[in-house]
Amino acid sequence: MAERVHGCDVAIVGAGPAGLSAARAAASHGARVLVVDPQPAPGGQVWRQDVRHGAPGPARALRARLARMGVGLLLQSEVVGHSGHRLFVRRGQEAACIDYGALVLATGARELLLPFPGWTLPGVTGAGGAQALAKQGWPLRNRRVVVAGSGPLLLAAAATLRRHGAQVLGIHEQASSRAVAGFAAGLWRWPGKLAQAARLRAALWNVPYRTGSHVLRALGGDVLRAVELSVDGRAVTVDCDQLACGFGLVPNIELAHMLGCELEFDGAHAHVRVDQWQCTSVPGVFAAGEACGIGGVDCALVEGGIAGHAATGHGNAAARLHARRRRARGFAARLRTRFALDPALHALAGPDTIVCRCEDVPMSALAAYAPGREARLMTRCGMGPCQGRICGSALAELGGAARGGFRPPIFPVPLEVLAGFGDALPSGQSQEL
Amino acid sequence: MGALTAMVRLRVDGHEVEVVAGSSVAAAIAHAGATARASVSGQRRTALCGMGVCFECRATVDGRAQQRTCLLPVAEGMEVRTRG
Repeated sequence: MAERVHGCDVAIVGAGPAGLSAARAAASHGARVLVVDPQPAPGGQVWRQDVRHGAPGPARALRARLARMGVGLLLQSEVVGHSGHRLFVRRGQEAACIDYGALVLATGARELLLPFPGWTLPGVTGAGGAQALAKQGWPLRNRRVVVAGSGPLLLAAAATLRRHGAQVLGIHEQASSRAVAGFAAGLWRWPGKLAQAARLRAALWNVPYRTGSHVLRALGGDVLRAVELSVDGRAVTVDCDQLACGFGLVPNIELAHMLGCELEFDGAHAHVRVDQWQCTSVPGVFAAGEACGIGGVDCALVEGGIAGHAATGHGNAAARLHARRRRARGFAARLRTRFALDPALHALAGPDTIVCRCEDVPMSALAAYAPGREARLMTRCGMGPCQGRICGSALAELGGAARGGFRPPIFPVPLEVLAGFGDALPSGQSQEL
Repeated sequence: MGALTAMVRLRVDGHEVEVVAGSSVAAAIAHAGATARASVSGQRRTALCGMGVCFECRATVDGRAQQRTCLLPVAEGMEVRTRG
């Protein structure tokens, strides 16, 4: 038997803004709510706990409120499978189950990381990755860091790195100056975002911000020593200790997919399709925030609220949030068009560049095979522990097949944990895990 | 930050390292000047995504292999073994 079975009215997967907002809404109607998340502290990515500076104010306030409401938190816990209305959860080396009435998927997003020569060198991280690591206590004092890629996250990451003592040498945004100026000019419609942009700008006033600029390759023997960048169409080499490079975000849809929720595509990457109540195509399963398409913290908060109300049958309370959601999604649409990726980025990886970091598969190995299943079977590309979360999304972005081959468990599970789920499976359904 | 910041001591490949309480093991590995793992073809790798999805920061922690060290907070006396 699984060691622990947790029962609840509403289970929420993900303790970021969307999940915590859903928890508050659901609990306000008296529902028994349980939030599950793989991280050691709630907050998700945008509200991540900082070892030196704590968590942001709104995150602390919401956490305190949820504690008073009696919302359950299952941290360091990863959902790996399901059967009916039961989720299978890995907690370190233990198996646990969550039985739910309704389910809210607030699984957030990960970074889009694209291959370029040298991107596997230690010292190269995502941009959001560098920010997350900084908050985890990663050594940055007096380290020389180059920030590159695309989107407003580059500014937020640079500000965090600097706050932790890093010397940020420059921010290299691939979007053109026209696109970035157009984005900034429209910000007056979202005063909160405008204020945030102004704050970041002030914190980074003496850091060069280059538009139309992108990474060409990372250089070094077995760790990063320098970065070659395209700046104003010329190749420029910059010595540095770290490169923080991310090209935007990709929704985490693996759990939704496993549950049978319909997905839709926004360019190369899928997100969960929801109706005006944040309900997916599977009755009783809701989704909110980045899983429904990249939209940022404002979308996450309002959609979490709608999902939490709707999951407990309170449509009126949910409907009151619809106008706010339209506004938040309007900002998201703007973000997407203004920071569209330059096709030049598709050609960064050379034949020897490793695409699949888990299995060390170089780009050239894929050339002989049809994208997707055939390439996976013949080269092991996407068959490692990350299950294609990095290379599959990168290849989808570079014009290969949409990422596929999902199969439970949706994260690797040690055998002893898998065995712990054994008796919790309804008879005859063991194939589902 | 200030003098009030609690510190935690642990060992990375036998070398003692002191980090701020609440830090991840991935950060402690970096403080020790080490990298987390060797790839299947023997390249040095370390944390990339910082959020538990890329699996590049795996190391052996207190005898347990394949731990994603960016998801794991440090604890006093922890023994971390890298393959970097």
